[in-house]
Amino acid sequence: MPQHDVLVIGAGLAGQRAALAAAEGGASVGIISKVHPVRSHSNAAQGGINAALNPEDTWESHAFDTIKGSDYLGDQDAIEIMCREAPEELLELEHWGVTFHRNEEGRLGTRAFGGASAARTYYVADITGQAILHVLYEQLMRHEEVYRYEEWFTTALVQDEEGRIAGAVTRNMRDGSMELFSARAVILATGGNGQIYDPTTNALICTGDGIAMAYRIGAPLMDMEMIQYHPTTLAGLGLLITEGARGEGAHLYNAQGERFMEKYAPNKMELASRDVVSRAEQTEINEGRGFPDGTVALDITVVPRKRIHEALREIVNVGRDFAGVDITQEPIHIKPGNHYTMGGVRTDVNGQTPIPGLYAAGECACVSVHGGNRLGANSLLDTLVFGRRSGAHAAQAIKGLPVPEPARASVGAEQEVIDAIVSRDRTGRRVSEIKAELGQVMDRYVAVFRDEQGLNTALETVRRLQEEAQTVAVDDKGSVFNQDVLGALELQFMLDNAEAIVIGAIERKESRGAQYRTDFPDRNDDEWLKHINISANGEGPEVSYSEVTLTQWEPEERKY
Amino acid sequence: MADFKLKIRRFDPESGEPAYWGDFDVDLPPERSVLDGILQVKDREDASIGIRCSCRAAICGSCGVRINGKSALACNTRIGEAAERARDGAITIEPMGNMPVVKDLITDMEAVHWKKVRRVVPWLLPAEEPPEHSEYIVPAEAMLDVTQAMACIHCGVCVSACLSMEVDPHFIGPAALAKAYRFVGDPRDGAEEERLKDLAEDPHGIYDCTHCFACVEVCPKDVAPMNQIMRLRRRATGDHGIKDDNNGYGHEKAFVNLIEKYGTLHEAQLLPRSFGDGSLVKGQIEPGAVKQLIESLPTALRGLKSGKVTPKKALLHPKLPDQDQVRRVFSEVESKDDRVELNLYIVGESGGEEAEA
Ligand SMILES: Cc1cc2nc3c(=O)[nH]c(=O)nc-3n(C[C@H](O)[C@H](O)[C@H](O)COP(=O)(O)OP(=O)(O)OC[C@H]3O[C@@H](n4cnc5c(N)ncnc54)[C@H](O)[C@@H]3O)c2cc1C
Ligand code: SF4
Ligand code: SF4
Ligand code: FES
Repeated sequence: MPQHDVLVIGAGLAGQRAALAAAEGGASVGIISKVHPVRSHSNAAQGGINAALNPEDTWESHAFDTIKGSDYLGDQDAIEIMCREAPEELLELEHWGVTFHRNEEGRLGTRAFGGASAARTYYVADITGQAILHVLYEQLMRHEEVYRYEEWFTTALVQDEEGRIAGAVTRNMRDGSMELFSARAVILATGGNGQIYDPTTNALICTGDGIAMAYRIGAPLMDMEMIQYHPTTLAGLGLLITEGARGEGAHLYNAQGERFMEKYAPNKMELASRDVVSRAEQTEINEGRGFPDGTVALDITVVPRKRIHEALREIVNVGRDFAGVDITQEPIHIKPGNHYTMGGVRTDVNGQTPIPGLYAAGECACVSVHGGNRLGANSLLDTLVFGRRSGAHAAQAIKGLPVPEPARASVGAEQEVIDAIVSRDRTGRRVSEIKAELGQVMDRYVAVFRDEQGLNTALETVRRLQEEAQTVAVDDKGSVFNQDVLGALELQFMLDNAEAIVIGAIERKESRGAQYRTDFPDRNDDEWLKHINISANGEGPEVSYSEVTLTQWEPEERKY
Repeated sequence: MADFKLKIRRFDPESGEPAYWGDFDVDLPPERSVLDGILQVKDREDASIGIRCSCRAAICGSCGVRINGKSALACNTRIGEAAERARDGAITIEPMGNMPVVKDLITDMEAVHWKKVRRVVPWLLPAEEPPEHSEYIVPAEAMLDVTQAMACIHCGVCVSACLSMEVDPHFIGPAALAKAYRFVGDPRDGAEEERLKDLAEDPHGIYDCTHCFACVEVCPKDVAPMNQIMRLRRRATGDHGIKDDNNGYGHEKAFVNLIEKYGTLHEAQLLPRSFGDGSLVKGQIEPGAVKQLIESLPTALRGLKSGKVTPKKALLHPKLPDQDQVRRVFSEVESKDDRVELNLYIVGESGGEEAEA
């Protein structure tokens, strides 16, 4: 049985940062990832990372922008911590070797991003996430004592008799063997759940595994209804055109050639908060002013070509390879598309969940710093600050704790689940069919605009699909890299996530951030300035509420 | 929508059977990717086909394969174009080369690629203690310069295509050497000379590359690994005067002279020139490698002729218009105090803008 003080599940930015911090704190660390760490979805972040590092900028300004962006649902104590610690975090990355863009004096240079009152987004061309992820991995390789389990898939978390976290059951994908890991603390860093939507900007691995695993052992999920639709995704495939494009000055037009953001956000225009821009686009499209393919146009040709090549090269490639458009010459058609999970496993500012010894960080966690709407370039920051805080806290908290006794039976139970799927003959639907239906239903009813009727339809569908998922069969009967059976497990994780999202969306009878209810079109601070928590109580999901922490910023109307 | 035929190389390590071909039909718009085709087969017909994939956008580096024999990412190869190049109408899809196959299209990247990456000491060895509450101050161009190597997604496609690797499996290889340049070119790193010495003296190091262009041609991220290797050599010889045992130095010099003179890489002249220095006869180059050098010519020439790989693209500015410019670039680069290698992140250098218009 592999045994570590701190076991990190997930090796994106949050997980690797947590592992490094835990190792520096003196803990023995294991880090598990179902894909090689550099394949983690953090590598897709093109735009950049926020920090109030310029002498003219202040952490308070960054915090206020984040709070306003969150539509006042973010917890202000957590946001203060994130914004205060951002500059040092960024410098640490720079010292480790991230090749951040420089200005003429050779100092770190910035670009503008949506919802921000200062240009405080630091970046590496348009491969910021990739560059940081690879540099963290360099550091991880340097720390030989951190044990890496690459291409291992965790299927369940395990507790001891008192309910304290004790480890996790994990499958070695290479040979199909199941291992029980024992750990004094477990840090979940498994990322978001975008794959429950179709289309999505998220990679195929973003299936909400950790969120579902925590939920299954009783950890509350918070603000799950807050799903971000990004304003600029390619129709059909869902690939992202980074907000960096608008940060560099690109414009949005409807099919009539109007720069429609003038109507919705006369001051910030294209750089208003994402929820605002996505709703504006969707309104244009719904009211018949979009293009026949259900899109509006993003015009990047206004950005100087030299600057495009230097700072937006990746989207030149995306436009060319995936849309057949030369973005330096002509506008590209885009629409709002699923992008980010603001909600997740509820944690405090040290990443601790209500389950003793269980931490969560990054996109799978809800601290909450993003509230109802995440600002661009704040997510990488969230993963790093709270990844580090989780790792550092866990390394201290485990001191003196006995080696836990995870129940051995848990491996057997997980093995049985897998054996049952593998040995089943096909009678029901394929995993792919269920997943496709889920994606369509979520994109139709739980997207930019929502209403009670649609949400109820979505809930019924999700529940039916949960039933159907119990009977899926797979084609692959082998042990080596049986991706098929893992796909069946991911499907069940996704359905748990979807259920919580829809329940949260039905529950919140107001419009705030990413949740826009056409039947409750206003924000209602009197009744709904609170977090919605969803926990599994054995019989099914149970809804409860928790306070939003306000420090120095009173909720006010949001105008961009 | 159109119909396409896929011929996928299957291998089940648990069956005891050798690898075989699986034939499948898919219907997709031709601009969709080969990966979309494989995923359609998995979704509709046979989900047991093993392939790593995640981002579908040439970002995560998972889906390297060989399509009609050519190493590429499945997710950024259009299925329609692959079909046009397919020999008997069926697009063949095989696992990458130069790596053991684990199952179907899944190769053992750890055993080859990652081991080699760890070989180059792949982390920053800072020259000095980091400044307190501040970043290292370094030239903007230097950061952009190493960012080209940083753009590598470690997909292994170049490793799969590398001809030297085929002859000498110990060759550190294109991707790992590009990774090495990421540190050598980084002004914050303090171990430039040690790194270069190490890579020059290793018989499987920077002089084990045969300039075959394959890595430049196949790399989906324009990392141009061969170019990074040339930069390592230039720094090793020019800046540090490191002479290795296997005449890499002479070859290197000939290479630079040729480009300066002709603005293009003339493989046909390069070989005699570097051999002409004489010291090649003994030393580390095995007869196999010489053969390989000669065999590599068609690939290089094919690449050059098709216009897919231009020496300009490989070596210098992607849109460099003529030889005068090549010479100018050389003198410009050489005369700078902080020598900056031009790369794809640096465009529109004096005059470049008009040239592009
Ligand atoms: C296209 C795109 C662009 C973006 N751009 C930006 C940007 O410019 N700025 C910004 O701040 N944010 C951006 N974001 C958001 C940001 O990239 C993510 O929120 C963030 O990277 C998430 O990091 P993470 O570490 O939480 O998770 P991930 O990077 O998703 O990592 C999850 C890890 O968990 C592992 N894992 C998951 N399930 C299991 C399991 N069952 N067993 C074992 N391992 C498992 C995975 O293998 C992976 O290693 C972008 C997101 C997308 C999709
Ligand atoms: S140019 Fe050198 S490194 Fe690149 S593929 Fe050819 S031999 Fe390998
Ligand atoms: S250099 Fe290019 S081909 Fe080689 S691993 Fe990196 S991205 Fe892939
Ligand atoms: S799927 Fe990520 S590179 Fe192809």
